[in-house]
Amino acid sequence: MNATATLALNRTIAATATSETAWVRATLTAVALIFLGLFLFVPLFAVFYEALKKGASFYFAALSEPDAWSAIKLTGLAALISVPLNLVFGVAAAWAIAKFEFRGKQLLTTLIDLPFSVSPVIAGLIYVLLFGAQGWFGPWMQAHDIKIIFAVPGIVLATIFITFPFVARELIPLMQAQGAEEEEAAQVLGANGWQIFFRVTLPNIKWGLLYGVILCNARAMGEFGAVSVVSGHIRGQTNTLPLHVEILYNEYNFTAAFAVASVLALLALVTLVLKTWVESRSKEYKRTDPLPEAPQP
Amino acid sequence: MNLFARRSDVLPGFNLALGFTLLYLSLIVLIPLSAVFIKTASLTWEAFWTTVTGSRVLASYRLSFGASLIAAVLNATFGLLVAWVLVRYEFPGKRLVDALVDLPFALPTAVAGIALTAVYAENGWIGQWFAAVGVKVAFTPLGILVAMTFIGLPFVVRTVQPVLEDIEHELEEAAACLGADRLQTFRRVILPAIAPALATGFALAFARAVGEYGSIIFIAGNMPMVSEITPLLIIAKLEQYDYVGATAIASVMLVFSFVLLLLVNLLQGWSQRRRAG
Repeated sequence: MNATATLALNRTIAATATSETAWVRATLTAVALIFLGLFLFVPLFAVFYEALKKGASFYFAALSEPDAWSAIKLTGLAALISVPLNLVFGVAAAWAIAKFEFRGKQLLTTLIDLPFSVSPVIAGLIYVLLFGAQGWFGPWMQAHDIKIIFAVPGIVLATIFITFPFVARELIPLMQAQGAEEEEAAQVLGANGWQIFFRVTLPNIKWGLLYGVILCNARAMGEFGAVSVVSGHIRGQTNTLPLHVEILYNEYNFTAAFAVASVLALLALVTLVLKTWVESRSKEYKRTDPLPEAPQP
Repeated sequence: MNLFARRSDVLPGFNLALGFTLLYLSLIVLIPLSAVFIKTASLTWEAFWTTVTGSRVLASYRLSFGASLIAAVLNATFGLLVAWVLVRYEFPGKRLVDALVDLPFALPTAVAGIALTAVYAENGWIGQWFAAVGVKVAFTPLGILVAMTFIGLPFVVRTVQPVLEDIEHELEEAAACLGADRLQTFRRVILPAIAPALATGFALAFARAVGEYGSIIFIAGNMPMVSEITPLLIIAKLEQYDYVGATAIASVMLVFSFVLLLLVNLLQGWSQRRRAG
Protein backbone atom coordinates (compact mmCIF):
# COMPACT_ATOMS: atom_id res chain seq x y z
CA MET A 1 0.00 0.00 0.00
CA ASN A 2 1.48 3.37 -0.94
CA ALA A 3 1.50 6.43 1.27
CA THR A 4 -1.44 8.19 -0.39
CA ALA A 5 -3.70 5.17 -0.03
CA THR A 6 -2.76 4.77 3.64
CA LEU A 7 -3.52 8.41 4.24
CA ALA A 8 -6.90 8.09 2.51
CA LEU A 9 -7.73 5.01 4.58
CA ASN A 10 -6.75 6.81 7.77
CA ARG A 11 -9.03 9.69 6.85
CA THR A 12 -11.94 7.33 6.29
CA ILE A 13 -11.36 5.66 9.65
CA ALA A 14 -11.16 9.06 11.34
CA ALA A 15 -14.36 10.18 9.60
CA THR A 16 -16.28 7.07 10.72
CA ALA A 17 -14.99 7.43 14.26
CA THR A 18 -16.07 11.08 14.49
CA SER A 19 -19.39 10.87 12.67
CA GLU A 20 -22.60 8.91 13.09
CA THR A 21 -23.80 6.01 11.01
CA ALA A 22 -26.07 6.84 8.09
CA TRP A 23 -29.27 5.72 9.78
CA VAL A 24 -28.54 7.75 12.93
CA ARG A 25 -27.94 10.81 10.74
CA ALA A 26 -31.18 10.18 8.83
CA THR A 27 -33.19 9.69 12.05
CA LEU A 28 -31.82 12.83 13.72
CA THR A 29 -32.46 14.90 10.58
CA ALA A 30 -35.99 13.51 10.31
CA VAL A 31 -36.82 14.23 13.98
CA ALA A 32 -35.46 17.80 13.65
CA LEU A 33 -37.49 18.41 10.50
CA ILE A 34 -40.67 16.95 12.02
CA PHE A 35 -40.24 19.24 15.03
CA LEU A 36 -39.76 22.28 12.78
CA GLY A 37 -42.66 21.13 10.62
CA LEU A 38 -45.08 20.87 13.55
CA PHE A 39 -44.17 24.26 14.97
CA LEU A 40 -43.06 26.33 11.95
CA PHE A 41 -43.80 25.05 8.47
CA VAL A 42 -47.37 23.80 8.92
CA PRO A 43 -48.60 26.96 10.73
CA LEU A 44 -46.88 29.20 8.14
CA PHE A 45 -48.51 27.32 5.29
CA ALA A 46 -51.86 27.43 7.10
CA VAL A 47 -51.85 31.25 7.05
CA PHE A 48 -51.80 31.34 3.25
CA TYR A 49 -54.14 28.37 2.87
CA GLU A 50 -56.79 29.90 5.15
CA ALA A 51 -56.39 33.33 3.52
CA LEU A 52 -57.04 32.02 0.00
CA LYS A 53 -59.70 29.47 0.97
CA LYS A 54 -62.57 31.55 -0.36
CA GLY A 55 -60.80 32.61 -3.54
CA ALA A 56 -58.75 35.53 -4.76
CA SER A 57 -61.63 38.00 -5.06
CA PHE A 58 -62.59 37.57 -1.40
CA TYR A 59 -58.92 37.89 -0.51
CA PHE A 60 -58.45 41.22 -2.27
CA ALA A 61 -61.82 42.50 -1.02
CA ALA A 62 -60.66 41.89 2.57
CA LEU A 63 -57.44 43.81 1.90
CA SER A 64 -58.99 46.78 0.11
CA GLU A 65 -61.55 47.45 2.85
CA PRO A 66 -61.09 51.03 4.24
CA ASP A 67 -60.37 49.83 7.80
CA ALA A 68 -57.65 47.53 6.49
CA TRP A 69 -56.15 50.43 4.55
CA SER A 70 -56.07 52.75 7.54
CA ALA A 71 -54.46 49.93 9.56
CA ILE A 72 -51.77 49.53 6.89
CA LYS A 73 -51.13 53.29 6.93
CA LEU A 74 -50.88 53.45 10.74
CA THR A 75 -48.53 50.46 10.86
CA GLY A 76 -46.34 52.14 8.25
CA LEU A 77 -46.36 55.42 10.16
CA ALA A 78 -45.36 53.77 13.45
CA ALA A 79 -42.44 52.01 11.74
CA LEU A 80 -41.46 55.17 9.85
CA ILE A 81 -41.07 57.10 13.10
CA SER A 82 -39.66 54.43 15.41
CA VAL A 83 -37.06 52.87 13.10
CA PRO A 84 -35.13 56.12 12.26
CA LEU A 85 -35.20 57.22 15.91
CA ASN A 86 -33.83 53.90 17.12
CA LEU A 87 -31.31 53.95 14.28
CA VAL A 88 -29.87 57.30 15.39
CA PHE A 89 -29.88 56.08 18.99
CA GLY A 90 -28.17 52.81 18.04
CA VAL A 91 -25.37 54.61 16.20
CA ALA A 92 -24.84 57.13 19.03
CA ALA A 93 -24.82 54.40 21.69
CA ALA A 94 -22.44 52.19 19.72
CA TRP A 95 -20.10 55.15 19.04
CA ALA A 96 -19.88 55.99 22.75
CA ILE A 97 -19.60 52.38 23.94
CA ALA A 98 -17.29 50.97 21.27
CA LYS A 99 -14.88 53.84 20.68
CA PHE A 100 -14.39 55.12 24.24
CA GLU A 101 -13.64 53.81 27.71
CA PHE A 102 -15.78 55.03 30.59
CA ARG A 103 -17.09 53.80 33.91
CA GLY A 104 -20.49 52.10 33.89
CA LYS A 105 -20.13 50.93 30.31
CA GLN A 106 -21.21 47.36 31.12
CA LEU A 107 -24.24 48.66 33.02
CA LEU A 108 -25.21 50.91 30.10
CA THR A 109 -24.97 47.98 27.66
CA THR A 110 -27.22 45.91 29.91
CA LEU A 111 -29.76 48.73 30.31
CA ILE A 112 -30.00 49.09 26.52
CA ASP A 113 -31.07 45.42 26.31
CA LEU A 114 -33.73 45.95 28.98
CA PRO A 115 -36.76 46.32 26.66
CA PHE A 116 -36.09 42.81 25.32
CA SER A 117 -36.72 41.28 28.71
CA VAL A 118 -39.83 43.30 29.55
CA SER A 119 -43.18 41.73 28.67
CA PRO A 120 -44.90 43.64 25.82
CA VAL A 121 -47.93 44.07 28.05
CA ILE A 122 -45.80 45.90 30.63
CA ALA A 123 -44.29 48.02 27.82
CA GLY A 124 -47.81 49.26 27.09
CA LEU A 125 -48.73 49.59 30.77
CA ILE A 126 -45.87 51.98 31.59
CA TYR A 127 -47.11 54.56 29.09
CA VAL A 128 -50.65 54.23 30.45
CA LEU A 129 -49.22 54.96 33.91
CA LEU A 130 -47.51 58.09 32.54
CA PHE A 131 -50.01 59.48 30.06
CA GLY A 132 -53.33 57.73 30.81
CA ALA A 133 -56.31 59.62 32.22
CA GLN A 134 -55.23 58.61 35.77
CA GLY A 135 -51.52 58.82 34.96
CA TRP A 136 -48.85 61.26 36.15
CA PHE A 137 -49.33 63.66 33.25
CA GLY A 138 -52.98 62.72 32.62
CA PRO A 139 -54.70 65.74 34.20
CA TRP A 140 -52.23 68.19 32.64
CA MET A 141 -52.72 66.67 29.20
CA GLN A 142 -56.49 66.69 29.54
CA ALA A 143 -56.32 70.39 30.41
CA HIS A 144 -54.27 71.04 27.27
CA ASP A 145 -56.30 68.67 25.08
CA ILE A 146 -53.36 66.40 24.27
CA LYS A 147 -54.15 62.73 23.72
CA ILE A 148 -51.44 60.05 23.81
CA ILE A 149 -53.11 56.94 25.19
CA PHE A 150 -55.82 55.46 22.94
CA ALA A 151 -54.34 57.60 20.17
CA VAL A 152 -51.57 57.46 17.58
CA PRO A 153 -48.73 58.92 19.75
CA GLY A 154 -49.18 56.13 22.31
CA ILE A 155 -48.89 53.51 19.58
CA VAL A 156 -45.70 55.15 18.28
CA LEU A 157 -44.21 55.36 21.81
CA ALA A 158 -44.95 51.70 22.57
CA THR A 159 -43.42 50.70 19.23
CA ILE A 160 -40.27 52.74 19.96
CA PHE A 161 -39.91 51.01 23.34
CA ILE A 162 -40.32 47.51 21.94
CA THR A 163 -37.82 48.05 19.09
CA PHE A 164 -35.41 50.13 21.19
CA PRO A 165 -32.37 47.75 21.38
CA PHE A 166 -32.36 46.26 17.85
CA VAL A 167 -29.88 48.55 16.03
CA ALA A 168 -27.70 49.22 19.09
CA ARG A 169 -27.17 45.56 19.92
CA GLU A 170 -26.09 44.78 16.34
CA LEU A 171 -23.66 47.70 16.17
CA ILE A 172 -22.02 47.57 19.62
CA PRO A 173 -20.21 44.20 19.23
CA LEU A 174 -19.40 44.96 15.58
CA MET A 175 -17.82 48.34 16.31
CA GLN A 176 -16.04 46.99 19.39
CA ALA A 177 -14.39 44.31 17.26
CA GLN A 178 -13.35 46.86 14.65
CA GLY A 179 -11.60 49.09 17.19
CA ALA A 180 -10.77 52.76 16.64
CA GLU A 181 -7.49 52.65 14.68
CA GLU A 182 -8.99 53.60 11.32
CA GLU A 183 -10.89 56.53 12.84
CA GLU A 184 -7.78 57.72 14.64
CA ALA A 185 -5.79 57.54 11.41
CA ALA A 186 -8.45 59.63 9.67
CA GLN A 187 -8.24 62.19 12.46
CA VAL A 188 -4.49 62.44 12.19
CA LEU A 189 -5.00 63.10 8.48
CA GLY A 190 -7.20 66.07 9.40
CA ALA A 191 -10.78 64.77 9.07
CA ASN A 192 -13.41 66.25 11.38
CA GLY A 193 -15.87 64.15 13.42
CA TRP A 194 -18.66 63.91 10.84
CA GLN A 195 -16.16 63.20 8.03
CA ILE A 196 -14.67 60.39 10.11
CA PHE A 197 -18.13 58.94 10.74
CA PHE A 198 -19.47 59.13 7.20
CA ARG A 199 -16.25 58.26 5.31
CA VAL A 200 -14.62 55.71 7.64
CA THR A 201 -17.05 54.27 10.21
CA LEU A 202 -20.25 54.08 8.17
CA PRO A 203 -18.76 52.04 5.29
CA ASN A 204 -17.37 49.60 7.87
CA ILE A 205 -20.66 49.09 9.70
CA LYS A 206 -23.18 49.39 6.85
CA TRP A 207 -24.14 45.70 6.73
CA GLY A 208 -24.53 45.43 10.49
CA LEU A 209 -26.57 48.63 10.42
CA LEU A 210 -28.84 47.32 7.67
CA TYR A 211 -29.26 44.04 9.56
CA GLY A 212 -30.39 45.89 12.68
CA VAL A 213 -32.77 48.10 10.70
CA ILE A 214 -34.40 45.09 9.00
CA LEU A 215 -35.05 43.34 12.34
CA CYS A 216 -36.18 46.60 13.95
CA ASN A 217 -38.64 47.27 11.14
CA ALA A 218 -40.09 43.75 11.23
CA ARG A 219 -40.75 44.02 14.95
CA ALA A 220 -42.12 47.57 14.63
CA MET A 221 -44.68 46.47 12.04
CA GLY A 222 -45.61 43.28 13.88
CA GLU A 223 -45.83 44.34 17.52
CA PHE A 224 -49.10 43.34 19.13
CA GLY A 225 -49.11 43.20 22.94
CA ALA A 226 -47.68 46.63 23.76
CA VAL A 227 -49.66 48.39 21.04
CA SER A 228 -52.82 46.56 22.10
CA VAL A 229 -52.63 48.04 25.62
CA VAL A 230 -52.31 51.67 24.47
CA SER A 231 -54.43 51.55 21.32
CA GLY A 232 -58.02 51.46 22.53
CA HIS A 233 -58.87 49.49 19.36
CA ILE A 234 -60.74 52.25 17.55
CA ARG A 235 -61.41 50.96 14.05
CA GLY A 236 -60.08 53.16 11.28
CA GLN A 237 -58.18 55.31 13.80
CA THR A 238 -55.93 53.49 16.24
CA ASN A 239 -55.82 50.05 14.65
CA THR A 240 -52.52 48.70 13.39
CA LEU A 241 -52.41 45.66 11.09
CA PRO A 242 -51.83 43.10 13.87
CA LEU A 243 -54.70 44.63 15.88
CA HIS A 244 -56.91 44.53 12.78
CA VAL A 245 -56.17 40.80 12.50
CA GLU A 246 -57.38 40.35 16.09
CA ILE A 247 -60.59 42.32 15.55
CA LEU A 248 -61.53 40.38 12.39
CA TYR A 249 -60.69 37.10 14.13
CA ASN A 250 -62.80 37.91 17.20
CA GLU A 251 -65.70 38.75 14.88
CA TYR A 252 -65.40 35.20 13.47
CA ASN A 253 -64.45 36.73 10.12
CA PHE A 254 -61.67 34.14 9.85
CA THR A 255 -60.90 34.33 6.15
CA ALA A 256 -60.51 38.12 6.24
CA ALA A 257 -58.37 37.83 9.38
CA PHE A 258 -56.07 35.36 7.63
CA ALA A 259 -56.01 37.55 4.50
CA VAL A 260 -54.64 40.48 6.53
CA ALA A 261 -52.39 38.04 8.44
CA SER A 262 -50.97 36.76 5.15
CA VAL A 263 -49.75 40.28 4.32
CA LEU A 264 -47.84 40.30 7.60
CA ALA A 265 -46.56 36.77 6.96
CA LEU A 266 -45.29 37.87 3.53
CA LEU A 267 -43.57 40.77 5.23
CA ALA A 268 -41.92 38.29 7.62
CA LEU A 269 -40.72 36.16 4.70
CA VAL A 270 -39.31 39.23 2.91
CA THR A 271 -37.55 40.09 6.19
CA LEU A 272 -35.98 36.62 6.34
CA VAL A 273 -34.84 36.82 2.70
CA LEU A 274 -33.27 40.26 3.24
CA LYS A 275 -31.70 39.09 6.49
CA THR A 276 -30.12 36.05 4.82
CA TRP A 277 -28.88 38.26 1.96
CA VAL A 278 -27.32 40.81 4.34
CA GLU A 279 -25.69 38.00 6.33
CA SER A 280 -24.04 36.57 3.22
CA ARG A 281 -22.95 40.04 2.05
CA SER A 282 -21.43 40.91 5.43
CA LYS A 283 -19.54 37.60 5.47
CA GLU A 284 -18.14 38.41 2.02
CA TYR A 285 -17.26 41.89 3.23
CA LYS A 286 -15.44 40.49 6.22
CA ARG A 287 -13.49 38.07 4.06
CA THR A 288 -12.10 40.91 1.90
CA ASP A 289 -11.59 43.06 4.95
CA PRO A 290 -8.21 43.18 6.74
CA LEU A 291 -9.90 43.80 10.11
CA PRO A 292 -10.39 40.91 12.54
CA GLU A 293 -13.70 39.14 12.25
CA ALA A 294 -16.47 40.43 14.51
CA PRO A 295 -17.91 37.94 16.99
CA GLN A 296 -21.46 36.88 16.29
CA PRO A 297 -23.91 38.30 18.81
CA MET B 1 -13.94 68.16 30.54
CA ASN B 2 -16.02 65.10 31.19
CA LEU B 3 -15.98 63.94 34.77
CA PHE B 4 -16.65 60.23 34.49
CA ALA B 5 -14.93 59.56 31.19
CA ARG B 6 -11.50 58.04 31.12
CA ARG B 7 -10.65 58.87 27.51
CA SER B 8 -8.52 56.18 25.97
CA ASP B 9 -8.20 58.01 22.70
CA VAL B 10 -8.72 61.31 21.01
CA LEU B 11 -11.76 60.79 18.79
CA PRO B 12 -14.46 63.49 18.89
CA GLY B 13 -18.15 63.10 19.68
CA PHE B 14 -18.00 61.30 23.03
CA ASN B 15 -20.05 63.85 24.96
CA LEU B 16 -22.64 64.21 22.21
CA ALA B 17 -23.02 60.46 21.67
CA LEU B 18 -23.13 59.50 25.36
CA GLY B 19 -25.34 62.48 26.22
CA PHE B 20 -27.89 61.58 23.58
CA THR B 21 -27.75 57.89 24.53
CA LEU B 22 -28.43 58.61 28.20
CA LEU B 23 -31.19 61.12 27.45
CA TYR B 24 -33.01 58.82 25.02
CA LEU B 25 -32.57 55.79 27.30
CA SER B 26 -33.98 57.73 30.25
CA LEU B 27 -36.95 59.19 28.38
CA ILE B 28 -38.04 56.03 26.57
CA VAL B 29 -37.05 53.25 28.98
CA LEU B 30 -35.86 54.19 32.46
CA ILE B 31 -38.38 56.86 33.51
CA PRO B 32 -41.43 55.00 32.15
CA LEU B 33 -40.28 51.73 33.77
CA SER B 34 -39.71 53.46 37.08
CA ALA B 35 -43.38 54.46 36.98
CA VAL B 36 -44.25 50.81 37.70
CA PHE B 37 -42.28 50.79 40.94
CA ILE B 38 -43.36 54.25 42.05
CA LYS B 39 -47.01 53.38 41.48
CA THR B 40 -46.55 50.08 43.33
CA ALA B 41 -44.91 51.93 46.23
CA SER B 42 -48.18 53.80 46.78
CA LEU B 43 -49.60 50.53 48.14
CA THR B 44 -49.08 49.40 51.71
CA TRP B 45 -47.09 46.16 52.07
CA GLU B 46 -50.22 44.23 53.13
CA ALA B 47 -52.26 45.51 50.18
CA PHE B 48 -49.41 44.70 47.80
CA TRP B 49 -49.00 41.22 49.21
CA THR B 50 -52.76 40.47 49.03
CA THR B 51 -52.83 41.65 45.39
CA VAL B 52 -49.85 39.68 44.14
CA THR B 53 -50.74 36.48 46.02
CA GLY B 54 -54.46 36.29 45.23
CA SER B 55 -55.54 32.79 44.20
CA ARG B 56 -56.23 33.85 40.59
CA VAL B 57 -52.83 35.57 40.41
CA LEU B 58 -51.01 32.58 41.88
CA ALA B 59 -52.74 30.29 39.36
CA SER B 60 -51.51 32.56 36.56
CA TYR B 61 -47.91 32.47 37.88
CA ARG B 62 -48.02 28.68 38.05
CA LEU B 63 -49.26 28.50 34.48
CA SER B 64 -46.96 31.18 33.03
CA PHE B 65 -43.78 30.03 34.73
CA GLY B 66 -44.57 26.31 34.56
CA ALA B 67 -45.50 26.25 30.88
CA SER B 68 -42.55 28.53 30.03
CA LEU B 69 -40.19 26.16 31.82
CA ILE B 70 -41.52 23.14 29.92
CA ALA B 71 -41.40 25.08 26.63
CA ALA B 72 -37.79 26.09 27.34
CA VAL B 73 -36.85 22.46 28.08
CA LEU B 74 -38.51 21.38 24.81
CA ASN B 75 -36.66 24.13 22.96
CA ALA B 76 -33.33 23.26 24.58
CA THR B 77 -33.71 19.62 23.53
CA PHE B 78 -35.03 20.09 20.02
CA GLY B 79 -33.14 23.36 19.44
CA LEU B 80 -29.88 21.54 20.13
CA LEU B 81 -30.96 18.78 17.73
CA VAL B 82 -31.87 21.31 15.01
CA ALA B 83 -28.56 23.17 15.48
CA TRP B 84 -26.67 19.86 15.33
CA VAL B 85 -28.42 18.75 12.15
CA LEU B 86 -27.90 22.15 10.50
CA VAL B 87 -24.18 22.25 11.36
CA ARG B 88 -23.19 18.61 10.87
CA TYR B 89 -25.41 17.07 8.18
CA GLU B 90 -26.30 17.81 4.57
CA PHE B 91 -29.82 17.47 3.26
CA PRO B 92 -31.83 19.05 0.43
CA GLY B 93 -33.36 22.42 1.32
CA LYS B 94 -30.97 22.94 4.23
CA ARG B 95 -30.39 26.64 3.52
CA LEU B 96 -34.14 27.29 3.35
CA VAL B 97 -34.70 25.45 6.65
CA ASP B 98 -31.84 27.40 8.22
CA ALA B 99 -33.37 30.73 7.16
CA LEU B 100 -36.87 29.71 8.32
CA VAL B 101 -35.67 28.94 11.86
CA ASP B 102 -35.81 32.70 12.48
CA LEU B 103 -39.48 32.87 11.48
CA PRO B 104 -40.74 33.30 15.08
CA PHE B 105 -38.57 36.45 15.32
CA ALA B 106 -39.98 37.90 12.12
CA LEU B 107 -43.61 36.74 12.16
CA PRO B 108 -45.95 39.08 14.08
CA THR B 109 -47.18 37.30 17.19
CA ALA B 110 -50.86 37.82 16.35
CA VAL B 111 -50.35 36.00 13.04
CA ALA B 112 -48.55 33.17 14.81
CA GLY B 113 -51.40 33.02 17.33
CA ILE B 114 -54.23 32.60 14.84
CA ALA B 115 -52.19 30.23 12.64
CA LEU B 116 -51.30 27.93 15.57
CA THR B 117 -54.93 28.02 16.73
CA ALA B 118 -56.19 27.02 13.27
CA VAL B 119 -53.66 24.18 13.00
CA TYR B 120 -54.04 22.84 16.56
CA ALA B 121 -57.84 23.21 16.91
CA GLU B 122 -59.85 19.97 17.13
CA ASN B 123 -60.62 20.11 13.41
CA GLY B 124 -57.20 21.52 12.45
CA TRP B 125 -54.51 19.75 10.43
CA ILE B 126 -52.50 18.67 13.47
CA GLY B 127 -55.15 19.04 16.18
CA GLN B 128 -57.37 16.35 14.64
CA TRP B 129 -54.68 13.70 15.25
CA PHE B 130 -54.51 14.69 18.89
CA ALA B 131 -58.31 14.81 19.09
CA ALA B 132 -58.41 11.24 17.75
CA VAL B 133 -56.54 10.07 20.85
CA GLY B 134 -58.66 12.27 23.10
CA VAL B 135 -56.20 15.14 23.62
CA LYS B 136 -57.39 18.70 23.21
CA VAL B 137 -54.55 21.11 22.34
CA ALA B 138 -56.03 24.49 21.39
CA PHE B 139 -57.95 26.32 24.16
CA THR B 140 -56.16 24.36 26.92
CA PRO B 141 -52.83 24.87 28.77
CA LEU B 142 -51.33 22.49 26.19
CA GLY B 143 -52.08 25.11 23.51
CA ILE B 144 -50.21 27.69 25.59
CA LEU B 145 -47.23 25.32 25.62
CA VAL B 146 -47.38 25.06 21.81
CA ALA B 147 -47.36 28.87 21.40
CA MET B 148 -44.53 29.28 23.93
CA THR B 149 -42.44 26.64 22.17
CA PHE B 150 -43.00 28.40 18.84
CA ILE B 151 -41.98 31.80 20.18
CA GLY B 152 -38.80 30.52 21.88
CA LEU B 153 -37.69 28.20 19.10
CA PRO B 154 -34.90 30.29 17.49
CA PHE B 155 -33.09 31.20 20.72
CA VAL B 156 -31.42 27.87 21.47
CA VAL B 157 -30.71 27.10 17.80
CA ARG B 158 -29.06 30.48 17.23
CA THR B 159 -26.95 30.47 20.41
CA VAL B 160 -25.75 26.86 20.02
CA GLN B 161 -25.16 26.87 16.23
CA PRO B 162 -22.03 29.13 16.12
CA VAL B 163 -20.42 27.27 19.04
CA LEU B 164 -20.97 23.91 17.36
CA GLU B 165 -19.39 25.32 14.19
CA ASP B 166 -16.33 26.38 16.20
CA ILE B 167 -15.65 23.02 17.86
CA GLU B 168 -12.37 21.70 16.58
CA HIS B 169 -12.59 18.40 14.81
CA GLU B 170 -9.29 17.27 16.36
CA LEU B 171 -10.90 17.10 19.80
CA GLU B 172 -13.42 14.54 18.61
CA GLU B 173 -10.73 12.58 16.77
CA ALA B 174 -8.65 12.53 19.93
CA ALA B 175 -11.63 11.25 21.92
CA ALA B 176 -12.24 8.55 19.31
CA CYS B 177 -8.55 7.56 19.38
CA LEU B 178 -8.76 7.22 23.16
CA GLY B 179 -11.55 4.72 22.66
CA ALA B 180 -14.67 6.82 23.22
CA ASP B 181 -17.78 5.93 21.23
CA ARG B 182 -19.91 8.69 19.68
CA LEU B 183 -22.27 9.01 22.63
CA GLN B 184 -19.36 9.28 25.06
CA THR B 185 -17.66 11.86 22.85
CA PHE B 186 -20.90 13.85 22.74
CA ARG B 187 -21.40 13.69 26.50
CA ARG B 188 -17.81 14.28 27.57
CA VAL B 189 -16.41 16.51 24.81
CA ILE B 190 -19.15 18.28 22.86
CA LEU B 191 -21.75 18.86 25.58
CA PRO B 192 -19.33 20.63 27.99
CA ALA B 193 -18.22 22.90 25.14
CA ILE B 194 -21.75 23.96 24.21
CA ALA B 195 -23.18 23.97 27.75
CA PRO B 196 -22.86 27.75 28.33
CA ALA B 197 -24.49 28.55 24.97
CA LEU B 198 -27.22 26.01 25.62
CA ALA B 199 -27.92 27.52 29.04
CA THR B 200 -28.02 31.03 27.55
CA GLY B 201 -30.48 29.92 24.86
CA PHE B 202 -32.59 28.16 27.48
CA ALA B 203 -32.76 31.29 29.67
CA LEU B 204 -33.59 33.54 26.70
CA ALA B 205 -36.37 31.20 25.51
CA PHE B 206 -37.73 30.97 29.05
CA ALA B 207 -37.74 34.78 29.51
CA ARG B 208 -39.45 35.31 26.17
CA ALA B 209 -42.15 32.74 26.93
CA VAL B 210 -42.95 34.22 30.35
CA GLY B 211 -43.61 37.68 28.89
CA GLU B 212 -45.29 36.54 25.66
CA TYR B 213 -48.83 37.71 25.03
CA GLY B 214 -49.83 37.98 21.35
CA SER B 215 -49.37 34.42 20.17
CA ILE B 216 -50.80 32.89 23.35
CA ILE B 217 -54.12 34.64 23.86
CA PHE B 218 -55.65 33.23 20.67
CA ILE B 219 -54.84 29.60 21.46
CA ALA B 220 -55.15 29.74 25.26
CA GLY B 221 -58.88 29.76 25.90
CA ASN B 222 -58.15 32.34 28.64
CA MET B 223 -60.15 30.74 31.47
CA PRO B 224 -59.34 32.30 34.87
CA MET B 225 -57.57 29.78 37.18
CA VAL B 226 -57.06 27.34 34.28
CA SER B 227 -55.59 28.92 31.17
CA GLU B 228 -55.01 32.57 32.05
CA ILE B 229 -51.38 33.70 31.74
CA THR B 230 -49.99 36.51 33.92
CA PRO B 231 -49.69 39.13 31.11
CA LEU B 232 -53.37 38.57 30.27
CA LEU B 233 -54.28 39.02 33.93
CA ILE B 234 -52.52 42.41 33.86
CA ILE B 235 -54.64 43.40 30.86
CA ALA B 236 -57.80 42.11 32.56
CA LYS B 237 -57.06 44.31 35.60
CA LEU B 238 -56.39 47.31 33.34
CA GLU B 239 -59.71 46.82 31.58
CA GLN B 240 -61.44 46.92 34.98
CA TYR B 241 -59.56 50.20 35.67
CA ASP B 242 -57.69 48.43 38.50
CA TYR B 243 -54.45 50.25 37.64
CA VAL B 244 -52.85 49.62 41.02
CA GLY B 245 -53.55 45.88 40.87
CA ALA B 246 -52.22 45.64 37.31
CA THR B 247 -49.09 47.57 38.26
CA ALA B 248 -48.42 45.47 41.36
CA ILE B 249 -48.47 42.25 39.32
CA ALA B 250 -46.37 43.95 36.63
CA SER B 251 -43.74 44.87 39.24
CA VAL B 252 -43.45 41.20 40.28
CA MET B 253 -42.92 40.21 36.63
CA LEU B 254 -40.40 43.04 36.13
CA VAL B 255 -38.28 42.00 39.11
CA PHE B 256 -38.29 38.46 37.77
CA SER B 257 -37.24 39.71 34.29
CA PHE B 258 -34.38 41.73 35.77
CA VAL B 259 -33.08 38.70 37.68
CA LEU B 260 -33.28 36.63 34.51
CA LEU B 261 -31.52 39.35 32.49
CA LEU B 262 -28.70 39.37 35.03
CA LEU B 263 -28.47 35.58 34.78
CA VAL B 264 -28.33 35.75 30.96
CA ASN B 265 -25.52 38.31 31.20
CA LEU B 266 -23.53 36.06 33.52
CA LEU B 267 -24.15 33.07 31.24
CA GLN B 268 -23.03 35.02 28.18
CA GLY B 269 -19.84 36.06 29.96
CA TRP B 270 -19.20 32.40 30.80
CA SER B 271 -19.97 31.42 27.21
CA GLN B 272 -17.57 33.99 25.75
CA ARG B 273 -14.78 33.02 28.14
CA ARG B 274 -15.32 29.37 27.22
CA ARG B 275 -15.13 30.18 23.50
CA ALA B 276 -12.08 32.41 23.88
CA GLY B 277 -10.22 29.93 26.11
